[in-house]
Amino acid sequence: MLRLLLVALMSLLPLRVAAAEEIVAGLSQARVAITADFSGTDILIFGAVKRIAPAPIEPPLGVIITVAGPPQTITVRRKDRRMGIWVNADSRAIGNVPSFYAVTSSGPLDQLLAPDADARYHISAPQFIPAGTDTYFGDALLRIREDEGAFKLTPGGVSLDEDTLFRTAITLPANLTEGLYTTRIFLTRGGQVIDSYATSINVSMVGIERLTFNLATDQPLIYGLLCVAIAVFAGWGAATVFRLIRG
Amino acid sequence: MQIYLPVAEVSVNLFLLLGLGGIVGILSGMFGVGGGFLITPLLFFIGVPPAVAVATGANQIVASSVSGVLAHLQRKTVDLRMGSVLLIGGLIGSGFGIWLFNLLSRLGQVELLVTLCYVVFLGIIGLLMLVEGLRALRRVRSGAPAKRRQRGWIHALPLKIKFRASGLYLSVIPPLIVGAAVGVLAAIMGVGGGFIMIPAMIYLLNMPTKVVIGTSLFQIIFVTAFTTLMHAITNHTVDLFLAVILLLGGVVGAQLGSRIGVKLKAEQLRILLALLVLSVCGKLALDLLLEPHELYSIAAGGQ
Repeated sequence: MLRLLLVALMSLLPLRVAAAEEIVAGLSQARVAITADFSGTDILIFGAVKRIAPAPIEPPLGVIITVAGPPQTITVRRKDRRMGIWVNADSRAIGNVPSFYAVTSSGPLDQLLAPDADARYHISAPQFIPAGTDTYFGDALLRIREDEGAFKLTPGGVSLDEDTLFRTAITLPANLTEGLYTTRIFLTRGGQVIDSYATSINVSMVGIERLTFNLATDQPLIYGLLCVAIAVFAGWGAATVFRLIRG
Repeated sequence: MQIYLPVAEVSVNLFLLLGLGGIVGILSGMFGVGGGFLITPLLFFIGVPPAVAVATGANQIVASSVSGVLAHLQRKTVDLRMGSVLLIGGLIGSGFGIWLFNLLSRLGQVELLVTLCYVVFLGIIGLLMLVEGLRALRRVRSGAPAKRRQRGWIHALPLKIKFRASGLYLSVIPPLIVGAAVGVLAAIMGVGGGFIMIPAMIYLLNMPTKVVIGTSLFQIIFVTAFTTLMHAITNHTVDLFLAVILLLGGVVGAQLGSRIGVKLKAEQLRILLALLVLSVCGKLALDLLLEPHELYSIAAGGQ
Protein backbone atom coordinates (compact mmCIF):
# COMPACT_ATOMS: atom_id res chain seq x y z
CA MET A 1 0.00 0.00 0.00
CA LEU A 2 2.79 2.36 0.96
CA ARG A 3 4.70 1.42 -2.16
CA LEU A 4 1.63 2.13 -4.31
CA LEU A 5 1.25 5.57 -2.72
CA LEU A 6 4.91 6.24 -3.40
CA VAL A 7 4.51 5.31 -7.09
CA ALA A 8 1.49 7.59 -7.28
CA LEU A 9 3.43 10.44 -5.72
CA MET A 10 6.36 9.85 -8.05
CA SER A 11 4.10 10.05 -11.08
CA LEU A 12 2.61 13.29 -9.78
CA LEU A 13 6.02 14.82 -9.31
CA PRO A 14 6.59 15.96 -12.93
CA LEU A 15 3.18 17.66 -12.84
CA ARG A 16 4.14 19.58 -9.73
CA VAL A 17 7.33 20.64 -11.47
CA ALA A 18 5.22 21.72 -14.45
CA ALA A 19 3.05 23.87 -12.25
CA ALA A 20 6.14 25.54 -10.83
CA GLU A 21 6.59 27.56 -14.03
CA GLU A 22 3.54 29.04 -15.72
CA ILE A 23 2.97 31.17 -18.80
CA VAL A 24 1.33 34.57 -18.53
CA ALA A 25 0.87 35.90 -22.07
CA GLY A 26 -0.73 38.59 -24.17
CA LEU A 27 -1.24 39.54 -27.81
CA SER A 28 -0.89 42.98 -29.34
CA GLN A 29 -4.24 42.40 -31.05
CA ALA A 30 -6.82 39.65 -30.73
CA ARG A 31 -8.68 40.75 -33.86
CA VAL A 32 -7.36 41.32 -37.37
CA ALA A 33 -9.66 43.24 -39.69
CA ILE A 34 -9.23 42.57 -43.42
CA THR A 35 -9.92 45.80 -45.23
CA ALA A 36 -9.68 46.43 -48.99
CA ASP A 37 -6.07 47.60 -48.74
CA PHE A 38 -5.02 44.87 -46.28
CA SER A 39 -1.42 43.90 -46.96
CA GLY A 40 -0.55 41.66 -44.04
CA THR A 41 0.08 42.53 -40.40
CA ASP A 42 2.46 41.81 -37.53
CA ILE A 43 1.06 40.27 -34.37
CA LEU A 44 3.18 40.87 -31.30
CA ILE A 45 3.03 37.97 -28.85
CA PHE A 46 4.60 38.57 -25.44
CA GLY A 47 4.54 37.21 -21.93
CA ALA A 48 6.37 36.15 -18.84
CA VAL A 49 7.08 33.00 -16.90
CA LYS A 50 5.42 33.03 -13.46
CA ARG A 51 7.31 31.11 -10.75
CA ILE A 52 6.72 30.11 -7.17
CA ALA A 53 10.28 28.90 -6.56
CA PRO A 54 13.53 30.21 -8.03
CA ALA A 55 14.17 29.00 -11.58
CA PRO A 56 16.23 25.83 -11.93
CA ILE A 57 19.53 26.40 -13.75
CA GLU A 58 19.52 23.19 -15.75
CA PRO A 59 18.12 22.14 -18.15
CA PRO A 60 17.68 25.47 -19.97
CA LEU A 61 14.28 27.02 -20.59
CA GLY A 62 12.80 27.13 -24.10
CA VAL A 63 9.80 28.98 -25.51
CA ILE A 64 7.98 27.79 -28.65
CA ILE A 65 5.13 29.77 -30.19
CA THR A 66 2.85 28.50 -32.96
CA VAL A 67 0.08 30.24 -34.93
CA ALA A 68 -2.26 28.10 -37.04
CA GLY A 69 -4.87 29.30 -39.53
CA PRO A 70 -8.35 27.78 -39.83
CA PRO A 71 -8.40 24.10 -40.91
CA GLN A 72 -9.34 23.29 -44.51
CA THR A 73 -9.78 20.20 -46.64
CA ILE A 74 -7.47 20.16 -49.63
CA THR A 75 -6.57 17.82 -52.47
CA VAL A 76 -2.97 17.14 -53.43
CA ARG A 77 -2.54 15.94 -57.02
CA ARG A 78 0.44 14.37 -58.71
CA LYS A 79 1.17 14.67 -62.42
CA ASP A 80 2.35 11.64 -64.32
CA ARG A 81 3.39 11.03 -67.89
CA ARG A 82 0.66 9.24 -69.80
CA MET A 83 0.94 8.74 -73.55
CA GLY A 84 3.58 11.44 -73.85
CA ILE A 85 1.78 14.19 -71.96
CA TRP A 86 1.80 15.22 -68.30
CA VAL A 87 -1.60 14.75 -66.69
CA ASN A 88 -2.94 14.67 -63.14
CA ALA A 89 -2.81 11.01 -62.20
CA ASP A 90 -2.98 10.28 -58.47
CA SER A 91 -4.58 12.49 -55.86
CA ARG A 92 -5.09 12.46 -52.13
CA ALA A 93 -7.64 14.45 -50.11
CA ILE A 94 -6.26 15.65 -46.77
CA GLY A 95 -8.50 17.14 -44.09
CA ASN A 96 -7.77 19.66 -41.33
CA VAL A 97 -4.84 21.32 -43.07
CA PRO A 98 -4.30 24.82 -41.63
CA SER A 99 -4.34 27.63 -44.19
CA PHE A 100 -1.31 29.09 -42.41
CA TYR A 101 1.16 27.69 -39.88
CA ALA A 102 4.06 29.47 -38.24
CA VAL A 103 6.41 28.01 -35.64
CA THR A 104 8.90 30.25 -33.90
CA SER A 105 11.10 29.45 -30.91
CA SER A 106 13.83 30.79 -28.66
CA GLY A 107 16.38 28.37 -30.17
CA PRO A 108 16.71 25.47 -32.63
CA LEU A 109 13.52 23.42 -32.39
CA ASP A 110 15.28 20.04 -32.15
CA GLN A 111 17.21 21.22 -29.07
CA LEU A 112 14.14 22.59 -27.27
CA LEU A 113 11.78 19.78 -28.09
CA ALA A 114 12.17 16.00 -27.86
CA PRO A 115 10.51 13.93 -30.63
CA ASP A 116 8.05 12.32 -28.19
CA ALA A 117 6.92 15.69 -26.84
CA ASP A 118 6.57 16.96 -30.41
CA ALA A 119 4.43 13.96 -31.29
CA ARG A 120 2.25 14.50 -28.20
CA TYR A 121 1.70 18.23 -28.57
CA HIS A 122 1.78 18.39 -32.42
CA ILE A 123 4.17 21.33 -32.56
CA SER A 124 6.44 21.08 -35.63
CA ALA A 125 4.76 21.34 -39.06
CA PRO A 126 5.12 17.62 -39.95
CA GLN A 127 3.51 16.73 -36.60
CA PHE A 128 0.79 19.39 -36.78
CA ILE A 129 -0.33 18.81 -40.37
CA PRO A 130 -2.23 15.56 -40.87
CA ALA A 131 -0.44 13.16 -43.25
CA GLY A 132 2.65 15.33 -43.02
CA THR A 133 5.75 13.42 -44.23
CA ASP A 134 4.22 9.95 -43.95
CA THR A 135 3.49 9.91 -47.69
CA TYR A 136 4.79 11.53 -50.85
CA PHE A 137 1.61 13.60 -50.83
CA GLY A 138 2.22 14.84 -47.29
CA ASP A 139 5.80 15.73 -48.20
CA ALA A 140 4.62 17.63 -51.26
CA LEU A 141 2.02 19.48 -49.20
CA LEU A 142 4.66 20.69 -46.72
CA ARG A 143 7.11 21.57 -49.49
CA ILE A 144 4.61 23.58 -51.60
CA ARG A 145 3.15 25.42 -48.61
CA GLU A 146 6.66 26.27 -47.37
CA ASP A 147 7.60 27.62 -50.82
CA GLU A 148 4.45 29.76 -50.82
CA GLY A 149 5.34 31.10 -47.38
CA ALA A 150 2.19 29.69 -45.81
CA PHE A 151 4.18 27.37 -43.51
CA LYS A 152 7.06 29.03 -41.70
CA LEU A 153 9.64 27.88 -39.21
CA THR A 154 11.71 30.58 -37.48
CA PRO A 155 14.14 29.16 -34.92
CA GLY A 156 15.44 31.94 -32.70
CA GLY A 157 12.47 34.17 -33.52
CA VAL A 158 11.47 34.37 -29.85
CA SER A 159 13.64 36.57 -27.65
CA LEU A 160 13.87 35.40 -24.07
CA ASP A 161 15.19 37.79 -21.38
CA GLU A 162 16.59 36.46 -18.13
CA ASP A 163 14.58 33.23 -18.54
CA THR A 164 11.45 35.22 -17.68
CA LEU A 165 10.26 37.66 -20.31
CA PHE A 166 9.64 36.52 -23.88
CA ARG A 167 8.32 38.19 -27.00
CA THR A 168 8.04 37.61 -30.74
CA ALA A 169 6.37 39.12 -33.78
CA ILE A 170 4.49 36.84 -36.16
CA THR A 171 3.89 38.22 -39.65
CA LEU A 172 0.49 37.32 -41.03
CA PRO A 173 0.68 37.47 -44.85
CA ALA A 174 -1.61 39.49 -47.13
CA ASN A 175 -3.26 36.31 -48.44
CA LEU A 176 -5.15 35.60 -45.22
CA THR A 177 -8.13 33.32 -44.97
CA GLU A 178 -10.90 34.35 -42.60
CA GLY A 179 -11.32 32.47 -39.34
CA LEU A 180 -9.85 31.80 -35.92
CA TYR A 181 -6.04 31.61 -35.78
CA THR A 182 -5.05 29.40 -32.87
CA THR A 183 -2.00 30.67 -31.02
CA ARG A 184 -0.15 28.29 -28.72
CA ILE A 185 2.78 28.97 -26.43
CA PHE A 186 4.89 26.14 -24.98
CA LEU A 187 7.49 26.28 -22.22
CA THR A 188 10.04 23.49 -22.41
CA ARG A 189 12.87 22.19 -20.27
CA GLY A 190 15.09 19.29 -21.36
CA GLY A 191 12.96 18.66 -24.41
CA GLN A 192 9.76 18.22 -22.40
CA VAL A 193 6.80 20.59 -22.36
CA ILE A 194 6.33 21.96 -18.84
CA ASP A 195 3.50 24.39 -19.52
CA SER A 196 1.35 25.48 -22.43
CA TYR A 197 -1.04 28.29 -23.13
CA ALA A 198 -3.54 28.73 -25.98
CA THR A 199 -5.53 31.66 -27.27
CA SER A 200 -6.88 32.72 -30.62
CA ILE A 201 -6.76 35.62 -33.03
CA ASN A 202 -9.97 36.40 -34.87
CA VAL A 203 -9.32 37.30 -38.51
CA SER A 204 -12.34 38.66 -40.36
CA MET A 205 -13.25 40.88 -43.30
CA VAL A 206 -14.87 44.19 -42.46
CA GLY A 207 -16.76 46.93 -44.30
CA ILE A 208 -17.22 46.58 -48.04
CA GLU A 209 -15.23 43.32 -48.12
CA ARG A 210 -17.66 41.77 -45.63
CA LEU A 211 -20.64 43.13 -47.55
CA THR A 212 -19.42 41.71 -50.88
CA PHE A 213 -18.57 38.33 -49.41
CA ASN A 214 -21.94 38.01 -47.66
CA LEU A 215 -23.90 39.04 -50.75
CA ALA A 216 -21.96 36.54 -52.90
CA THR A 217 -22.74 33.65 -50.56
CA ASP A 218 -26.22 34.57 -49.29
CA GLN A 219 -27.82 36.21 -52.35
CA PRO A 220 -26.00 34.65 -55.33
CA LEU A 221 -28.68 35.52 -57.91
CA ILE A 222 -28.79 39.20 -56.94
CA TYR A 223 -25.00 39.26 -56.71
CA GLY A 224 -24.60 37.68 -60.15
CA LEU A 225 -27.08 40.11 -61.71
CA LEU A 226 -25.27 42.98 -60.00
CA CYS A 227 -21.94 41.83 -61.45
CA VAL A 228 -23.37 41.60 -64.97
CA ALA A 229 -25.13 44.98 -64.58
CA ILE A 230 -21.92 46.66 -63.42
CA ALA A 231 -20.04 45.12 -66.35
CA VAL A 232 -22.64 46.30 -68.90
CA PHE A 233 -22.74 49.76 -67.34
CA ALA A 234 -18.92 50.04 -67.29
CA GLY A 235 -18.72 49.00 -70.95
CA TRP A 236 -21.43 51.50 -71.93
CA GLY A 237 -19.82 54.22 -69.80
CA ALA A 238 -16.41 53.78 -71.42
CA ALA A 239 -17.90 53.83 -74.92
CA THR A 240 -19.83 57.03 -74.12
CA VAL A 241 -16.87 58.78 -72.52
CA PHE A 242 -14.64 57.94 -75.48
CA ARG A 243 -17.27 59.15 -77.95
CA LEU A 244 -17.48 62.47 -76.09
CA ILE A 245 -13.69 62.81 -76.06
CA ARG A 246 -13.55 62.18 -79.79
CA GLY A 247 -16.39 64.69 -80.27
CA MET B 1 -0.52 49.07 -53.90
CA GLN B 2 -2.09 45.82 -52.76
CA ILE B 3 -5.81 45.12 -52.76
CA TYR B 4 -7.58 42.26 -50.97
CA LEU B 5 -10.12 40.31 -53.05
CA PRO B 6 -12.96 39.15 -50.78
CA VAL B 7 -14.18 36.13 -52.76
CA ALA B 8 -10.79 34.95 -54.05
CA GLU B 9 -9.30 35.58 -50.57
CA VAL B 10 -5.99 36.73 -52.01
CA SER B 11 -4.20 40.04 -52.04
CA VAL B 12 -2.90 41.28 -55.39
CA ASN B 13 -1.28 44.38 -56.84
CA LEU B 14 -3.87 46.90 -58.06
CA PHE B 15 -1.81 48.22 -60.97
CA LEU B 16 -0.91 44.74 -62.18
CA LEU B 17 -4.62 43.95 -62.43
CA LEU B 18 -5.42 47.24 -64.17
CA GLY B 19 -2.65 46.59 -66.71
CA LEU B 20 -3.83 43.04 -67.29
CA GLY B 21 -7.39 44.23 -67.89
CA GLY B 22 -6.09 46.92 -70.23
CA ILE B 23 -4.02 44.57 -72.39
CA VAL B 24 -6.85 42.10 -72.75
CA GLY B 25 -9.21 45.00 -73.52
CA ILE B 26 -6.97 46.22 -76.35
CA LEU B 27 -6.89 42.74 -77.89
CA SER B 28 -10.63 42.47 -77.46
CA GLY B 29 -11.27 45.73 -79.30
CA MET B 30 -8.76 44.96 -82.06
CA PHE B 31 -9.78 41.44 -82.89
CA GLY B 32 -13.28 41.07 -81.51
CA VAL B 33 -12.23 38.19 -79.28
CA GLY B 34 -13.43 38.34 -75.69
CA GLY B 35 -9.93 37.61 -74.45
CA GLY B 36 -11.06 34.79 -72.16
CA PHE B 37 -8.37 32.48 -73.50
CA LEU B 38 -5.79 35.02 -72.31
CA ILE B 39 -7.22 36.46 -69.11
CA THR B 40 -7.99 33.16 -67.43
CA PRO B 41 -4.44 31.73 -67.65
CA LEU B 42 -2.97 35.14 -66.70
CA LEU B 43 -5.12 35.26 -63.55
CA PHE B 44 -3.96 31.74 -62.60
CA PHE B 45 -0.43 33.00 -63.01
CA ILE B 46 -0.80 35.85 -60.49
CA GLY B 47 -2.30 33.50 -57.90
CA VAL B 48 -6.06 33.83 -58.28
CA PRO B 49 -7.74 30.44 -57.67
CA PRO B 50 -8.76 28.82 -61.02
CA ALA B 51 -12.50 28.69 -60.26
CA VAL B 52 -12.56 32.41 -59.42
CA ALA B 53 -10.40 33.25 -62.45
CA VAL B 54 -12.73 31.49 -64.88
CA ALA B 55 -15.93 33.01 -63.43
CA THR B 56 -14.59 36.54 -62.99
CA GLY B 57 -12.87 36.46 -66.38
CA ALA B 58 -16.28 35.84 -67.95
CA ASN B 59 -17.71 38.88 -66.16
CA GLN B 60 -14.87 41.09 -67.34
CA ILE B 61 -15.46 39.97 -70.93
CA VAL B 62 -19.09 41.17 -70.65
CA ALA B 63 -17.80 44.70 -70.00
CA SER B 64 -15.15 44.83 -72.70
CA SER B 65 -17.56 43.29 -75.23
CA VAL B 66 -20.28 45.88 -74.46
CA SER B 67 -17.73 48.65 -74.84
CA GLY B 68 -16.42 47.17 -78.08
CA VAL B 69 -19.84 46.47 -79.58
CA LEU B 70 -20.96 50.07 -79.01
CA ALA B 71 -17.91 51.32 -80.90
CA HIS B 72 -18.79 48.92 -83.73
CA LEU B 73 -22.51 49.84 -83.69
CA GLN B 74 -21.49 53.44 -84.29
CA ARG B 75 -19.63 52.38 -87.42
CA LYS B 76 -22.53 50.08 -88.40
CA THR B 77 -20.29 47.02 -88.45
CA VAL B 78 -22.61 44.76 -86.45
CA ASP B 79 -24.97 42.37 -88.19
CA LEU B 80 -27.68 42.23 -85.52
CA ARG B 81 -29.78 39.71 -87.40
CA MET B 82 -26.86 37.33 -87.87
CA GLY B 83 -25.80 37.94 -84.24
CA SER B 84 -29.25 36.98 -82.96
CA VAL B 85 -29.33 33.76 -85.01
CA LEU B 86 -25.85 32.84 -83.76
CA LEU B 87 -26.90 33.68 -80.20
CA ILE B 88 -29.92 31.37 -80.31
CA GLY B 89 -27.64 28.57 -81.44
CA GLY B 90 -25.06 29.65 -78.85
CA LEU B 91 -27.40 29.48 -75.85
CA ILE B 92 -28.64 26.02 -76.88
CA GLY B 93 -25.04 24.88 -77.31
CA SER B 94 -23.83 26.36 -74.05
CA GLY B 95 -26.69 24.73 -72.13
CA PHE B 96 -25.59 21.40 -73.60
CA GLY B 97 -21.93 22.26 -72.94
CA ILE B 98 -22.55 22.93 -69.23
CA TRP B 99 -24.32 19.58 -68.95
CA LEU B 100 -21.39 17.88 -70.71
CA PHE B 101 -18.89 19.69 -68.48
CA ASN B 102 -20.61 18.46 -65.30
CA LEU B 103 -20.75 14.93 -66.66
CA LEU B 104 -17.01 14.98 -67.44
CA SER B 105 -16.07 16.46 -64.06
CA ARG B 106 -17.85 13.55 -62.40
CA LEU B 107 -15.72 11.21 -64.52
CA GLY B 108 -12.52 13.16 -63.61
CA GLN B 109 -9.84 14.60 -65.90
CA VAL B 110 -11.95 17.56 -66.98
CA GLU B 111 -8.87 19.75 -66.59
CA LEU B 112 -6.97 17.70 -69.16
CA LEU B 113 -9.92 17.82 -71.56
CA VAL B 114 -10.02 21.62 -71.28
CA THR B 115 -6.30 21.95 -72.00
CA LEU B 116 -6.45 19.52 -74.91
CA CYS B 117 -9.44 21.45 -76.30
CA TYR B 118 -7.40 24.64 -76.10
CA VAL B 119 -4.34 23.14 -77.78
CA VAL B 120 -6.27 21.43 -80.58
CA PHE B 121 -8.64 24.28 -81.40
CA LEU B 122 -6.18 27.12 -80.94
CA GLY B 123 -3.63 25.21 -83.01
CA ILE B 124 -5.93 24.42 -85.93
CA ILE B 125 -7.53 27.87 -86.00
CA GLY B 126 -4.24 29.70 -85.58
CA LEU B 127 -2.60 27.80 -88.44
CA LEU B 128 -5.59 28.20 -90.76
CA MET B 129 -5.76 31.92 -90.12
CA LEU B 130 -2.02 32.38 -90.53
CA VAL B 131 -1.90 30.52 -93.86
CA GLU B 132 -5.02 32.28 -95.14
CA GLY B 133 -3.81 35.69 -93.94
CA LEU B 134 -0.39 35.30 -95.56
CA ARG B 135 -2.00 34.15 -98.81
CA ALA B 136 -4.38 37.11 -98.77
CA LEU B 137 -1.52 39.50 -98.09
CA ARG B 138 0.41 38.10 -101.06
CA ARG B 139 -2.69 38.41 -103.24
CA VAL B 140 -3.09 42.08 -102.26
CA ARG B 141 0.59 42.74 -103.02
CA SER B 142 0.41 41.10 -106.46
CA GLY B 143 -2.80 43.02 -107.21
CA ALA B 144 -4.91 40.00 -108.17
CA PRO B 145 -8.59 40.24 -107.16
CA ALA B 146 -9.75 38.11 -104.21
CA LYS B 147 -11.79 35.11 -105.24
CA ARG B 148 -15.21 34.72 -103.71
CA ARG B 149 -15.40 31.08 -102.79
CA GLN B 150 -18.54 29.21 -103.72
CA ARG B 151 -20.38 27.12 -101.16
CA GLY B 152 -22.91 25.27 -103.30
CA TRP B 153 -24.41 22.98 -100.69
CA ILE B 154 -24.86 25.75 -98.12
CA HIS B 155 -26.89 27.77 -100.60
CA ALA B 156 -29.11 24.78 -101.28
CA LEU B 157 -30.41 24.73 -97.67
CA PRO B 158 -33.95 25.97 -96.88
CA LEU B 159 -35.10 28.82 -94.51
CA LYS B 160 -33.10 31.51 -96.27
CA ILE B 161 -32.89 34.98 -94.71
CA LYS B 162 -31.33 38.20 -95.99
CA PHE B 163 -28.46 39.36 -93.76
CA ARG B 164 -28.18 42.89 -95.06
CA ALA B 165 -25.19 44.07 -93.02
CA SER B 166 -23.18 41.05 -94.16
CA GLY B 167 -24.46 41.20 -97.73
CA LEU B 168 -25.53 37.55 -97.52
CA TYR B 169 -28.67 35.67 -98.47
CA LEU B 170 -28.28 32.52 -96.48
CA SER B 171 -30.20 29.74 -94.76
CA VAL B 172 -30.41 30.15 -90.94
CA ILE B 173 -29.27 26.54 -90.47
CA PRO B 174 -25.48 27.06 -90.90
CA PRO B 175 -25.31 30.03 -88.43
CA LEU B 176 -27.43 28.09 -85.91
CA ILE B 177 -25.07 25.12 -86.13
CA VAL B 178 -21.98 27.34 -85.89
CA GLY B 179 -23.48 29.17 -82.88
CA ALA B 180 -24.34 25.90 -81.13
CA ALA B 181 -20.91 24.35 -81.77
CA VAL B 182 -19.18 27.44 -80.41
CA GLY B 183 -21.58 27.48 -77.44
CA VAL B 184 -20.61 23.91 -76.50
CA LEU B 185 -16.88 24.67 -76.74
CA ALA B 186 -17.29 27.97 -74.88
CA ALA B 187 -18.99 26.27 -71.95
CA ILE B 188 -16.35 23.52 -71.76
CA MET B 189 -13.40 25.88 -72.15
CA GLY B 190 -14.88 28.64 -69.99
CA VAL B 191 -14.44 31.41 -72.57
CA GLY B 192 -16.66 33.59 -74.77
CA GLY B 193 -15.60 31.65 -77.85
CA GLY B 194 -14.70 34.62 -80.08
CA PHE B 195 -11.52 32.99 -81.31
CA ILE B 196 -13.56 30.06 -82.66
CA MET B 197 -16.54 32.14 -83.77
CA ILE B 198 -14.56 34.61 -85.87
CA PRO B 199 -12.84 32.09 -88.16
CA ALA B 200 -16.10 30.14 -88.43
CA MET B 201 -17.88 33.32 -89.60
CA ILE B 202 -15.13 34.14 -92.08
CA TYR B 203 -14.48 30.72 -93.52
CA LEU B 204 -17.78 28.85 -93.08
CA LEU B 205 -20.33 31.65 -93.47
CA ASN B 206 -18.27 33.86 -95.81
CA MET B 207 -19.03 37.01 -93.82
CA PRO B 208 -16.93 40.15 -94.48
CA THR B 209 -14.13 40.57 -91.88
CA LYS B 210 -15.21 44.03 -90.73
CA VAL B 211 -18.73 42.85 -89.83
CA VAL B 212 -17.45 39.69 -88.21
CA ILE B 213 -15.78 41.42 -85.26
CA GLY B 214 -18.77 43.51 -84.15
CA THR B 215 -21.17 40.60 -84.63
CA SER B 216 -18.96 38.25 -82.64
CA LEU B 217 -18.70 40.78 -79.77
CA PHE B 218 -22.49 41.18 -79.83
CA GLN B 219 -23.12 37.50 -79.20
CA ILE B 220 -20.21 37.14 -76.74
CA ILE B 221 -21.93 39.65 -74.42
CA PHE B 222 -24.88 37.33 -73.93
CA VAL B 223 -22.93 34.09 -73.72
CA THR B 224 -20.54 35.46 -71.06
CA ALA B 225 -23.35 37.18 -69.09
CA PHE B 226 -25.05 33.77 -68.96
CA THR B 227 -21.79 32.11 -67.84
CA THR B 228 -21.21 34.73 -65.12
CA LEU B 229 -24.70 34.21 -63.71
CA MET B 230 -24.33 30.43 -63.72
CA HIS B 231 -20.99 30.61 -61.88
CA ALA B 232 -22.29 33.17 -59.35
CA ILE B 233 -25.34 31.06 -58.56
CA THR B 234 -23.84 27.58 -58.49
CA ASN B 235 -20.25 28.10 -57.31
CA HIS B 236 -20.14 31.59 -55.68
CA THR B 237 -16.88 32.23 -57.52
CA VAL B 238 -17.39 35.66 -59.10
CA ASP B 239 -15.23 38.23 -57.33
CA LEU B 240 -16.79 41.67 -57.74
CA PHE B 241 -13.62 43.52 -56.66
CA LEU B 242 -11.49 41.62 -59.16
CA ALA B 243 -14.11 42.09 -61.88
CA VAL B 244 -14.40 45.86 -61.34
CA ILE B 245 -10.62 46.42 -61.43
CA LEU B 246 -10.18 44.23 -64.52
CA LEU B 247 -13.03 45.89 -66.33
CA LEU B 248 -11.84 49.40 -65.54
CA GLY B 249 -8.65 48.53 -67.41
CA GLY B 250 -10.59 46.43 -69.94
CA VAL B 251 -13.17 48.96 -71.12
CA VAL B 252 -10.54 51.63 -71.73
CA GLY B 253 -8.36 49.08 -73.52
CA ALA B 254 -11.26 47.93 -75.69
CA GLN B 255 -11.85 51.48 -76.90
CA LEU B 256 -8.19 51.94 -77.78
CA GLY B 257 -8.11 48.52 -79.41
CA SER B 258 -11.08 49.13 -81.70
CA ARG B 259 -9.38 52.33 -82.89
CA ILE B 260 -6.12 50.51 -83.59
CA GLY B 261 -8.15 47.84 -85.40
CA VAL B 262 -9.58 50.44 -87.84
CA LYS B 263 -6.08 51.53 -88.84
CA LEU B 264 -4.88 48.01 -89.67
CA LYS B 265 -5.73 46.10 -92.82
CA ALA B 266 -7.97 43.04 -92.52
CA GLU B 267 -5.15 40.73 -93.60
CA GLN B 268 -2.74 42.17 -91.07
CA LEU B 269 -5.38 41.80 -88.32
CA ARG B 270 -5.85 38.18 -89.27
CA ILE B 271 -2.13 37.40 -89.21
CA LEU B 272 -1.66 39.14 -85.86
CA LEU B 273 -4.57 37.28 -84.28
CA ALA B 274 -3.23 34.02 -85.76
CA LEU B 275 0.19 34.61 -84.18
CA LEU B 276 -1.41 35.44 -80.82
CA VAL B 277 -3.58 32.32 -80.90
CA LEU B 278 -0.60 30.16 -81.92
CA SER B 279 1.60 31.47 -79.10
CA VAL B 280 -1.02 30.68 -76.44
CA CYS B 281 -1.45 27.25 -78.03
CA GLY B 282 2.32 26.68 -78.00
CA LYS B 283 2.58 27.61 -74.33
CA LEU B 284 -0.21 25.19 -73.38
CA ALA B 285 1.26 22.42 -75.52
CA LEU B 286 4.67 22.85 -73.87
CA ASP B 287 3.05 22.58 -70.43
CA LEU B 288 1.65 19.22 -71.46
CA LEU B 289 4.84 17.92 -73.08
CA LEU B 290 7.63 19.12 -70.76
CA GLU B 291 8.17 17.63 -67.34
CA PRO B 292 6.77 20.14 -64.81
CA HIS B 293 9.09 21.68 -62.23
CA GLU B 294 6.75 20.64 -59.43
CA LEU B 295 4.84 17.41 -60.02
CA TYR B 296 2.41 18.02 -57.19
CA SER B 297 -0.29 20.66 -56.88
CA ILE B 298 -2.69 21.65 -54.14
CA ALA B 299 -6.35 22.42 -54.77
CA ALA B 300 -8.96 23.55 -52.27
CA GLY B 301 -11.67 21.11 -51.25
CA GLY B 302 -11.88 17.34 -51.14
CA GLN B 303 -12.83 15.12 -54.05
